Amino acid sequence: MLNIIVCIKQVPMVSQLPWDSRTGTLKRELAQAMMDPASRRGLEAAIQIKEQQPARITAITMGPPMAEEILHQARALGADQGILLTDRKMAGADTFLTSLILARAIQQECRGFDLIICGAQTSDSETGQVGPQLAEELDIPAIGFVNHVAVKPTTIEVQRHVDDFSETLEMDLPGLVTVDLTAYKPRYLALAGVEQAFAPQGVNLPAISIVDASQLGFDGKFNALKDSPTRIIDVFSPAAQKETRVLKGSVKQVVDQLFDEYGKIIGGAMGKDLKTHDHDGVK
Amino acid sequence: MNTTTTTDRIDMADTTRDIWVFGDYRNYFQNRVTLQILARARDLASKTGGRVCAVVFGHKVDEYVAEYIAHGAEKVYTMDDPQLGSYSLETYSRLMARLVDKHRPATLLVGATRFGQEMAPRIAKKLKTGLTADCIDLEIDERGLLVQIAPSFGGNLIAKIVTPQARPQMATVRPGTFHEMPHDYDATGEVISEPLPKDLPKDKIRLISSELKPSEKQKIEDADIVICAGRGMGSKGKLKKLFDLAELMKAEVGATRPLVYAEWIAHEAMVGQAGKNIKPKVLFSFGISGAIQHTAALGDADFIVAINKNPNAAMMKMADVAIVADANQVCLGIIKAIKEKVRD
Ligand SMILES: Cc1cc2nc3c(=O)[nH]c(=O)nc-3n(C[C@H](O)[C@H](O)[C@H](O)COP(=O)(O)OP(=O)(O)OC[C@H]3O[C@@H](n4cnc5c(N)ncnc54)[C@H](O)[C@@H]3O)c2cc1C
Ligand SMILES: Cc1cc2nc3c(=O)[nH]c(=O)nc-3n(C[C@H](O)[C@H](O)[C@H](O)COP(=O)(O)OP(=O)(O)OC[C@H]3O[C@@H](n4cnc5c(N)ncnc54)[C@H](O)[C@@H]3O)c2cc1C
Repeated sequence: MLNIIVCIKQVPMVSQLPWDSRTGTLKRELAQAMMDPASRRGLEAAIQIKEQQPARITAITMGPPMAEEILHQARALGADQGILLTDRKMAGADTFLTSLILARAIQQECRGFDLIICGAQTSDSETGQVGPQLAEELDIPAIGFVNHVAVKPTTIEVQRHVDDFSETLEMDLPGLVTVDLTAYKPRYLALAGVEQAFAPQGVNLPAISIVDASQLGFDGKFNALKDSPTRIIDVFSPAAQKETRVLKGSVKQVVDQLFDEYGKIIGGAMGKDLKTHDHDGVK
Repeated sequence: MNTTTTTDRIDMADTTRDIWVFGDYRNYFQNRVTLQILARARDLASKTGGRVCAVVFGHKVDEYVAEYIAHGAEKVYTMDDPQLGSYSLETYSRLMARLVDKHRPATLLVGATRFGQEMAPRIAKKLKTGLTADCIDLEIDERGLLVQIAPSFGGNLIAKIVTPQARPQMATVRPGTFHEMPHDYDATGEVISEPLPKDLPKDKIRLISSELKPSEKQKIEDADIVICAGRGMGSKGKLKKLFDLAELMKAEVGATRPLVYAEWIAHEAMVGQAGKNIKPKVLFSFGISGAIQHTAALGDADFIVAINKNPNAAMMKMADVAIVADANQVCLGIIKAIKEKVRD
């Protein structure tokens, strides 16, 4: 039986972020939480694999106690088991430490796994680094941004489209994939499913285990925030600084001004380098 | 110019001040991001000291080495071997980590191509250092630390991140963020050829097939640039020019409801309460008044350029740049400008 681990994260609901429009900050404590949409696609990939062959799905998340919700949701959708890694000492982990904590938990709680599935990039801090770093920590191969996974006895075959290349790759198991943000469209979860998952634990609903830092062998001095190699020194909202720049004049003037001042932004979105001044380059 | 004293500067005893840039040359677009980062690395190095170095793995990579030197690399480390002929995530990250261990740069920058986004985290993990993803700017603070500026929450928040202790300081950089320097035919640089280690383990990933295939047509909901048309465009015929502009910018075209109802454009293009939600990085809004039923669907656009004859239109008030002019003429003007400005 194929042993699949899906890493899922709980994130604030971006479309309903309670913004303080005057300070331009996020009132995080008021934000509603949900399963990260990328993780949700990872879970969908696991469920589709399980529909084709015998498999056992373990959903694992690191987060505050309320992140347990998404494990119930994952079980309602088809995961067999959930693991919640929660501890105040884990708060503030950057991707280096997040992947370290996840790796320790997997080594300890999920021996003999075959395949780990992650989302490509969360909707909150959106680094896309946890999948590759988790694989590195576990010393297993990883393929990012996959659209399709076919499981063979000791390998998987995946398809993906990256950097303009359409690729088919084969990877030895155990291994890790991250699922592209456009692949494995998540199925709709009927409400009954959620209620059942929250129901008192019966034979069909194995426990969600809760694991803290000491159970993973981190000592008393462990502090994810302090131990993280990166440090966030400032977070601000670009919207708060928004001021409309009004351009008037001849069409040539306004278009020139547009590219002189904002060519970098427009070029960035196009993925092209736009010359911002007429005088550079050979005339 | 560096005005800080040596006492408050953070320098690691065992690192140099060099800034390394991964030479990502597999296709045109990747090569461009490498050139863009080299240019910024030169600015950064002028503040911290140290040299700007490119690192190139592959087989027969001389032309890239020359290109990087012409675009700002003062030194290039290469590993040139038939075994490195095709991009390998596992091998390249291993080789980079070893080179960094050997030469100890202060900073390692990688283009945020898909390959870079997968490789950089693995290198950072091997080197036990931090990594900031998809930076949109890089600065040097008064202590000489690299300040890595990256968006999160779909661009609704910007974070400034540093790596105070671990080295190298690592970041991936979004393509198009910086401007490459003009090609300098007289530039010279030192080229250091590194031997391929003999003890490389076998890759656990095998490429079965690979085909260069530009991305399929995107959907308006996913497009980085959306050009929205409103009644101010005047007629169905005049709308054609917006499609030309969209083609140039690799953008998608959206529209307000009256245009859909008048059958100037297909129903799929409708943006708003009765249509689609979009989240582009850049939105151009041509001749749109800005009714709430339309603007409710633009909530996540990072940067809005509105063109309207009426400076008081609601759409103009919510724009970053409001151009008071005729929508059609500005469309033609932008087409002309882009044709001139895109570097080939
Ligand atoms: C504004 C902001 C900016 C940040 N920038 C950086 C940065 O540049 N560098 C850095 O190292 N850290 C950064 N962090 C910290 C980072 O958010 C955390 O490390 C976070 O736990 C994981 O990063 P991510 O959300 O970017 O995950 P991603 O790497 O985008 O996640 C991809 C996938 O990994 C899995 N995954 C991620 N997190 C978890 C989890 N907690 N539990 C289970 N599975 C998970 C999921 O499958 C997910 O879909 C930042 C945090 C904030 C608030
Ligand atoms: C229930 C309901 C649902 C709706 N849903 C949607 C929806 O999903 N999407 C949607 O778009 N609308 C929707 N609408 C319609 C919406 O209320 C507006 O009527 C519509 O968005 C207006 O479109 P517009 O801005 O193109 O036209 P107008 O409001 O007519 O604005 C045209 C603008 O063009 C400017 N202009 C004129 N000539 C020029 C020129 N030569 N150069 C530059 N500028 C010029 C004018 O100054 C004006 O600001 C809905 C309405 C209702 C009641």
